[in-house]
Amino acid sequence: MTEQPRLAKQHAAVLLPEPFIKWFGEKGWSPRAHQLELLAKAQAGQSVLLIAPTGAGKTLAGFLPSLTELANRPRRKAGMARRGIHTLYISPLKALAVDIERNLGKPVEEIGLPVTIETRTGDTPSHKRQRQKLAPPDILLTTPEQLALLIAAGDARRFFEDLRYVVLDELHSLVTSKRGHLLALGLARLRSIVPGLQTIGLSATVAEPDELRRWLVSQNPPGDMADLIVVTGGAKPEISILDSEERVPWAGHSARYATPEIYREIKRHKTTLLFVNTRSQAELLFQELWRVNEDTLPIALHHGSLDVGQRRRVEKAMGENALRAIVATSTLDLGIDWGDVDLVVHVGAPKGASRLAQRIGRANHRMDEPSKAILIPANRFEVLECRAALDANYLGAQDTPPLVDGGLDVLAQHVLGCACGAPFRADDLFEEVLTAAPYASLDRPTFDRVIDFVATGGYALKNYERYARIRLTKDGMWRVSNPRVAQQYRLNVGTIIEVPALNVRYVKAGSKGSATRGGAVLGKIEEAFLETLTHGDTFMFAGKVLRFEGIRENECFVSNAPGSDAKVPYYGGGKFPLSTYLAEQVRAMLDDPQRWKKLPEQVSDWLRYQADKSVLPKRDDLLIETFPRGNRHYLVAYPFEGRLAHQTLGMLLTRRLDRAGARPLGFVATDYALAIWSLGDMGAMFKARKPSLGTLFDQDMLGDDLEAWLADSWLLKRTFRNCALISGLIEKRHPGQEKSGRQVTVSTDLIYDVLRSHEPDHILLQATRADAATGLLDVSRLADMLSRIKGRIVHKALEQISPLAVPIMLEIGKMPVNGEADETLLMDAATLVEEAMGPGMVEE
Amino acid sequence: MNFSLARASLIAEADLVGIAGERAVCDPRGVLYFPDLRLLAVSDLHLEKGSSFARRGALIPPYDTGATLLRLQAVIADYQPSIVISLGDSFHDGGGAGRMHQSFREQLEALMVGRDWFWVAGNHDPDAPADLPGETVRELAIGSLLFRHEPSKVRLEGEISGHLHPCARIVQQGRSVRRRCFAGDGGRMIMPAFGAYTGSLNVLDRAYAGLFRHETLMAYMLGAARIFAISGSMLRPG
Repeated sequence: MTEQPRLAKQHAAVLLPEPFIKWFGEKGWSPRAHQLELLAKAQAGQSVLLIAPTGAGKTLAGFLPSLTELANRPRRKAGMARRGIHTLYISPLKALAVDIERNLGKPVEEIGLPVTIETRTGDTPSHKRQRQKLAPPDILLTTPEQLALLIAAGDARRFFEDLRYVVLDELHSLVTSKRGHLLALGLARLRSIVPGLQTIGLSATVAEPDELRRWLVSQNPPGDMADLIVVTGGAKPEISILDSEERVPWAGHSARYATPEIYREIKRHKTTLLFVNTRSQAELLFQELWRVNEDTLPIALHHGSLDVGQRRRVEKAMGENALRAIVATSTLDLGIDWGDVDLVVHVGAPKGASRLAQRIGRANHRMDEPSKAILIPANRFEVLECRAALDANYLGAQDTPPLVDGGLDVLAQHVLGCACGAPFRADDLFEEVLTAAPYASLDRPTFDRVIDFVATGGYALKNYERYARIRLTKDGMWRVSNPRVAQQYRLNVGTIIEVPALNVRYVKAGSKGSATRGGAVLGKIEEAFLETLTHGDTFMFAGKVLRFEGIRENECFVSNAPGSDAKVPYYGGGKFPLSTYLAEQVRAMLDDPQRWKKLPEQVSDWLRYQADKSVLPKRDDLLIETFPRGNRHYLVAYPFEGRLAHQTLGMLLTRRLDRAGARPLGFVATDYALAIWSLGDMGAMFKARKPSLGTLFDQDMLGDDLEAWLADSWLLKRTFRNCALISGLIEKRHPGQEKSGRQVTVSTDLIYDVLRSHEPDHILLQATRADAATGLLDVSRLADMLSRIKGRIVHKALEQISPLAVPIMLEIGKMPVNGEADETLLMDAATLVEEAMGPGMVEE
Repeated sequence: MNFSLARASLIAEADLVGIAGERAVCDPRGVLYFPDLRLLAVSDLHLEKGSSFARRGALIPPYDTGATLLRLQAVIADYQPSIVISLGDSFHDGGGAGRMHQSFREQLEALMVGRDWFWVAGNHDPDAPADLPGETVRELAIGSLLFRHEPSKVRLEGEISGHLHPCARIVQQGRSVRRRCFAGDGGRMIMPAFGAYTGSLNVLDRAYAGLFRHETLMAYMLGAARIFAISGSMLRPG
């Protein structure tokens, strides 16, 4: 699709206004072919998806249509009406919008264009927002949440009526989430206001570009797609796997063994970016590096829980090339270009080939120079995964998660937002919503139920008519019933739900925070983790070892705890499951001894032992091993489908094994395998076909068993909470007060219990189940797996543990089984009391 | 023993708790029953909390009143008390009784038939509930027991109260369990909230300061089918 350079030059003269050509000339550059191609398509009235690697000049390409048009626009004469926004730029990150303002401002100034560029984010002061409403800039750089707010304002039509382009940056990361659903609905709204609106999507390489192409344009007619420009090439990255002189551990995620080797690489390079998968890994690696940092190199830490000020300081230092290394999580994942990074180190397995490509893109963001990256596997399975990821990267494989249908909770939020902006007719809004790709297959009855939900809660018991938030008036229009509704909507807009977290604040040791107001805030930690701490416990956070002093209101007080023995914070968020694509690659590698040659010797030896003692699973088979150990019997399965799917599978299998009389005691799941232990001899049971493994792993487990287990699961409650907040059932914030998670006055768990027993088909429960199936439970992936392995289960009854089983067996007892707070703990505690005080201790 | 066999089967001697010399059952469903008095106490029903929120724009499910009454119906059916004391905050706000759906009102009235029913005034519902039978009192003394909504600041032997919605938390093996609970020290007892939408407050919170004798504080945590008696020294804040 890319054209010859000579052609491009002739092209440029036709497409680009004179000052642009001059500017390119002065810089000694020439416009790239894809930049001109995009410009030509845009000028021809098309919406376009541009897929290009980092460093390909994507941003300039995206803005060229706007800049050239604005350059040719007649100047506004005194007395002419103010013009509205010309171009809207939307990015997933505030920081990215700020970054673009800087990067775009430069050429605009140098070319001498009469173009105003401004950002509008949650950080924009209200006087500036007010002013933007009266005197809009030509180009507004903003986020999906701000767009939702602008649409919900009474002056939305006037504000957007001159809009020509919407530029959507990092589109691949936006479309896979609920933010993407909200944004798609916002775009549909904008298209209604401005029928000729053009969109330009900028994206990294994705597996299914057509999904994004549909996303960019109205789905009326259905299936319509934006034009596509793909820029291939870029220098191949140089990626290696650390071939450690140390022993690679069987299990665990710390990669501590490699610290000296990582440090050596940092010393050898100018600036090293170190990526890890979770915040706790980041904390740990940072500590470990400083422990060996004999040269006191400037090594910094960056993750989403740290205080904003702290993060900005790190980013600034990075931009000034004042740092030698930064340990980071996904907060630095997206396309922000800072400083001269010449090495990316990825600690732990990358979990997905696309993610790996994206992160490596950070190094050396000149497209024509190869990026350099080193993968550090934390354990032996991760060695396999890293190898697979590496092969996949060279194959150019991609594994963006498939797009899912738009959430009904998001739709509810949007409906209320529309009503806050202007009265609407249900028929018109339904038509409009269908043009948004995620909602293209929405049916009318469901839409009507959403409206009903927004109005009165949508309950079968019609008790709330008098409290309706929106009402159908005689003219057939839905209107907000009072201004307070709009005020509340504005405070609660968006789909990002924060896990309840507390500020972490310094105090003097032993003060419990009661006497002093305390010192600096270090960041936020999830409440669930803090609850497991008791006074005097130590943990790692913000690169320090801290002592827990106590909790007061919404703050957690800590003091410095010199010394190094610390509990590591356990974070619920930030752990990605192994991607389907990589899982397949790992299975293929196990099945192909030829490929083991590329693996470090200690790892290939391990696989050979496995082949010797048990068997290695064929690519499409599921290997099940059973063996006795101690006074228990173990079942280990190797589906390689990721932790979430394995957890769900574990829950369901233990229920079934219990019914079959195997007396299961517990299970543990990793990204690669699942282990269940029991009192009964499962190996003997399978041999006697009581039950057979085929029956045990039958797909029907996703029916009643799933339903029964789900109903009480904390997973569903957590999902329900998100849906309740996004849909506006309960508020994230109420005028005049900011609530912490704990203070949401009625617990969503209680609401869930009541709603489930009284109206199990309520639309919000429907939305919750749909979310859970794709999200926390990964049911769809499990379903695919169960159908794949039908008739392909290989059972190996062993006398003892196999080499392949060692890693997961080491996880037993280490991993907390999440959330399911059970009564056995209470029983233990109560028994202790009884032992200490004797029975009947309370009789007086 | 002067209660019927049906009720006797519910009560094992070991489950009885002493409060100022009276014997009581802490039922895991969150009610307190005095077999010798045939008296059932329940606290903080917060009926019509859902509609109270709806008035202010949060349209949470309108089924809380029904859910709470259903559970109340079950315990009353089990114990067949001759006296029921609702220990205040029976309705989430003063208008609650007036907003109650007709079917719920009938359900509640049916429960009241044939027994003495006392509405103790609470801070949410200081006045008698509109158009409902039963006697509204500020506090009620029966034998050595005193029933009132808010625990008094001075330590009173035999005081049964609610208001604070106690819960307790323990940590075992790095994991945390939080449950609603009865909190008592042998002298006074604070009852858990019974309503379907009622939250809870840890017994170690400042709000409880000075209410209990620390040495004898017990939290009777509500399990699915039994009570777990946990001594105060094992409890965690938060």
